[in-house]
Amino acid sequence: MFDPLEPQGTNQVQFQFEDRQLSAPQGATVASALLGAGITAFRDTPVSGAARGPFCLMGACYDCLVSINGVTVQACMTPVQDGLQVKRVGSRQVDSEGAV
Amino acid sequence: MTDTFDIAILGAGPAGMAAAARATQLGASVVVLDEQPNPGGQIYRNVDQASDVQHRILGPDYSHGRVLTQGLRDSGALHRAGATVWDVTRDGVVTYSQNGKPEQISARHLILATGATERPMPLPGWTLPGVMTAGAAQILLKSGGLVARDPVLIGCGPLLYLLAAQMIAAGRKPRALIETQSRSDMWAARGDLAGALRGWRYLVKGAGLMAKIMAAGVPRYTGARDIALEGQGALTSVRFTVRGKSHEIATDTALLHHGVVPNTQISRALRLDHVYDQTQRCFLPTVDALCTSSEPAVSIAGDGAGIGGAKVAAISGQIAALGAACQLGLLTPHALQSAVAPLQRQRAHELHARPFLDRSYPPAAQSLSPADATIICRCEEVAAGDIRRFAKLGCKGPNQAKAFGRAGMGPCQGRFCGLTVTELLAQETGQSQDETGALRIRAPLKPVTLGELAAYDASSQDT
Amino acid sequence: MTTLVIGGGVVGLSVAYGLLKQGAQVTVIDGSDTDARASRGNFGLVWIQGKGAKAPHYAAWSRSSAKLWQGFAKDLKEATGIDIAFSQIGGVEYFTDADALAQDAAGLQGLQDHFDGDYPFEVLEHSRLKQLVPEIGPKVVGGIHSPMDGHVNPLLLLRALSVAVQQMGGRLQTGAKVTEIAGGDRAYTVTLETGERIEGNALVLAAGLGSAEYGADLGFDAPVRPQQGQVLITEKLPFFLKYPSGRIRQVNEGGVQIGASKAETGADSTDLPTLQDLARYAVDVFPLLEHVQLVRSWAALRVMSPDGLPIYQRSTKFAGAHFVTCHSGITLAAAHAGLLPDWIQDRNTAPDLSLFSESRFNV
Repeated sequence: MFDPLEPQGTNQVQFQFEDRQLSAPQGATVASALLGAGITAFRDTPVSGAARGPFCLMGACYDCLVSINGVTVQACMTPVQDGLQVKRVGSRQVDSEGAV
Repeated sequence: MTDTFDIAILGAGPAGMAAAARATQLGASVVVLDEQPNPGGQIYRNVDQASDVQHRILGPDYSHGRVLTQGLRDSGALHRAGATVWDVTRDGVVTYSQNGKPEQISARHLILATGATERPMPLPGWTLPGVMTAGAAQILLKSGGLVARDPVLIGCGPLLYLLAAQMIAAGRKPRALIETQSRSDMWAARGDLAGALRGWRYLVKGAGLMAKIMAAGVPRYTGARDIALEGQGALTSVRFTVRGKSHEIATDTALLHHGVVPNTQISRALRLDHVYDQTQRCFLPTVDALCTSSEPAVSIAGDGAGIGGAKVAAISGQIAALGAACQLGLLTPHALQSAVAPLQRQRAHELHARPFLDRSYPPAAQSLSPADATIICRCEEVAAGDIRRFAKLGCKGPNQAKAFGRAGMGPCQGRFCGLTVTELLAQETGQSQDETGALRIRAPLKPVTLGELAAYDASSQDT
Repeated sequence: MTTLVIGGGVVGLSVAYGLLKQGAQVTVIDGSDTDARASRGNFGLVWIQGKGAKAPHYAAWSRSSAKLWQGFAKDLKEATGIDIAFSQIGGVEYFTDADALAQDAAGLQGLQDHFDGDYPFEVLEHSRLKQLVPEIGPKVVGGIHSPMDGHVNPLLLLRALSVAVQQMGGRLQTGAKVTEIAGGDRAYTVTLETGERIEGNALVLAAGLGSAEYGADLGFDAPVRPQQGQVLITEKLPFFLKYPSGRIRQVNEGGVQIGASKAETGADSTDLPTLQDLARYAVDVFPLLEHVQLVRSWAALRVMSPDGLPIYQRSTKFAGAHFVTCHSGITLAAAHAGLLPDWIQDRNTAPDLSLFSESRFNV
């Protein structure tokens, strides 16, 4: 869990993660906004379906992937904005239809 | 049309910012491309926007970054922020995305200043939500305004102590420090102590951090072995042993660190020469005293050429700028010599403590040779045992192992598994790390949507 | 009686696997981690439609392999436990250009006529194709469906062959740089850079582009040249693309693979204009790919003969030396494992491969 270093200012933006309404300081990344809201698991992997969340927060590990407007993006590299709809990236349930 | 510059600098950390300031002074036209919205790199991240509270917690070394960001602003160099570079060619063409739109610049000389990444630290359970790098926790302090609650810090090295001390300054002491280095590592480092004493400021600083940690009463466990991060779907506890005694600490946040390593994605993509450094336990691009790589039109400054820290990075950024300017004819060889000599002396001085630190805090043995079941490729979920099996099947290098088992094929492109795969194969085959080699890196250096790629204007290639 | 196979890619390993199944002793000698390897960079198709439009013997040979593929994949799975994700439910070529569609359809018609109708395919205009593949975009003018086509995970194939060969007692010497091959009738000595010598009574040269270097000593012309192909692969997506095509397919792990360019160069690096063309085509065919992340690209080198067809050549200089090369090592893997061993061992059950000899280039 993560706590704010200082009392939250008035400069907050409202955004959505799945069906949860959340707020975060203006200028935060989606990753820090979610961590600040107590959310550490952002997605399930397409390989095993295991839960994952942010790891490096500097754009290198690709573990904090979320879906915004249908595009898979790194939450740690994406600024949060008012009205942003952030979706969890689900396990892809890849079907090996047709394989022997 | 593609904009053309004398020098393109990739990365706006200390090396990139210092290089930009120096190069523009010498009359070069300079563009700086950086992924973050604000200059500073990871070390000085958000330094211009941070609050007084953040500056107090993070300390004067962090605040010093404002000198460099001011230098960049004053330099007149074009700073393209929020630019994700996804292709670089040896002839100086750089393609990047900014706000989802592909752009391209070209330059007569490239300075790579892409810094370092956390050394991969594969441990059982390191992929669980709640397990992050120590660097990630620092980034949250610097730019997220967040501090971890009761985390366990695991690994070794000065950054771990720095983070602990910063958390204490924030009134949030860590739950515990689980340190992997042992007394015998300190003993092994004694030969480097004389050199380190010449860089005594680093040692005094380290002692100061340790004093704060002790005074705050943070429990320390040194020589920790058999570390396992446990939980179902998220971290709930950390288990480890110290001299045969088992310990378990309940926590939902663990912060890992056992050193940083050069980010060589671009130098690898350019197929520059690299050699394995046995002291730093990683590959370093080959550079000369002027930071010039094996390709004369490409220089590498800062931690990307070998870990030295922020001060060394800023000095080497200046050296790289001088070397590039001389190649571009903006500076005579004579003027170059007199300008770089003091910088090179200063750099050597700053590096005195380095070998001592490297030997005192070696990478955790458990992560250099992870147990078979430990995941080493986070993206494709490949375990250490898979790599060992591929070695037995005849894989001598990471590229064949990648073909056999996908380690390095995910979106991170081997950033968090490449070194481990090389280490594992070298252990299994008895080859050196240099003989084993590294993953081949190709465009896109970072994922890009097909739409963005399709929209890229090929005609702008004709420059 | 040991057969030395020079080259541990899919071609060499398929032949080795087939020889081992017949009880032969085999040593495979393979190169370094960074060698040009079509086996690591190929598109993974078991593809028939359009192949050999001007060379029906090649069409027939490819088809005989495709017919063996189901059993080959099953055998490999039984031997190694590795499911190589082989699927042969048919393939579709997508066209954004009506002339290109007409031209390809005419080529297939020629083959169908040649094989007295035994060459199934169907030309589908946009609306009928959309019923079969609803995800196609408006720029797709039509397509050609053929039930003969399929695909496989070529990297799992490479691994499965490597496991199978070693499990069956074959020796696989990797990381080996061959410095010399000394030939004689039924007596071959391969010298490695390390000084090690490996001896055998028969030899199969299957070293891809490397074959050119060793061919002369063994009595082969080995006229192979590199032809570069670049390939893209996206992030893993839910399974949506049932039919593979020559240029777009969804691999069993979920990524969509897009290829493959053709350039007469031996450079194994990607370039942006080419990658852009591939991306543009993919988005034209499947607009839903526009917002999908491209995670990797690579360039690989096809092993091309002057006419693009395989070469199967017995040495005219020494008894027991054979040269095998092709640019469709995946499609032909089942034939290389199932039919070539008889040819290599000079049995009277050997397929007639005389039309694939090197002599065709000397007329």
